Amino acid sequence: MACFIVPATEAIVTSVVEKVVKKQEADRSEEVKIPESEGRIPFSVKLGWLNKMLWGGSALLAFEHVWHGEVVPYFPFLTAAATAEGARTMLHEMATTGTTMAVLVSLFWGALVAASNMIESRSKAEKQETVHK
Amino acid sequence: MTLLITVIAALVTSVIWYTSSHARKMQVGTLALFYWGASLMWTADAIFEYAEDGAEFFMPAGVDMLNDAFLGLSAVALGLIIWLIILLVKDPDHVVREALLGRVTGKA
Repeated sequence: MACFIVPATEAIVTSVVEKVVKKQEADRSEEVKIPESEGRIPFSVKLGWLNKMLWGGSALLAFEHVWHGEVVPYFPFLTAAATAEGARTMLHEMATTGTTMAVLVSLFWGALVAASNMIESRSKAEKQETVHK
Repeated sequence: MTLLITVIAALVTSVIWYTSSHARKMQVGTLALFYWGASLMWTADAIFEYAEDGAEFFMPAGVDMLNDAFLGLSAVALGLIIWLIILLVKDPDHVVREALLGRVTGKA
């Protein structure tokens, strides 16, 4: 009904966080701007992965809702919001399905970041080993 | 069906991203992330539908399957359109910029 609103809201928040983190990284440029050869990915880039999944997923899901006639181009935009009963069902779906969507995408991103950190650490260790040899 | 088509699109774009450096430059990774995001969201939707309908979830009517397949393909097409817009705006190979500048200077 309107479950995509939950991940879309998360996308707005994470986009703002990404901008703030990017600015902080730029401010500490001398400290943070590690040469690419050292293989460390800035956290703002990793946040970008989450944003792309959330925005892309929300856009395609919004399209699905338009397809099914649940989102319309006139007030109240969500057909379920036209009646009290529909609104209650919609809010319940947002709280259950929508939240699960946001959590699932965030968990997947967490796994991506963990894998990326592991690869970065391994690459750093290998480089240090080569220097010691 | 929609979920299946989106997962296949996510897998294909991920493999293309992994195997081709040119594809990585062309932001195919962004497209893959769009499809993964949508796949995960439709997975959550499918979990709730399965909890509600049980085994019937796996036995949709033919007309529903056809509608879902059209929806899945349309969603994949929409993802491609969004990706193309991003690609043209970011213009990593300066193709758009060169074409426009070439037109201004009368070279293209």
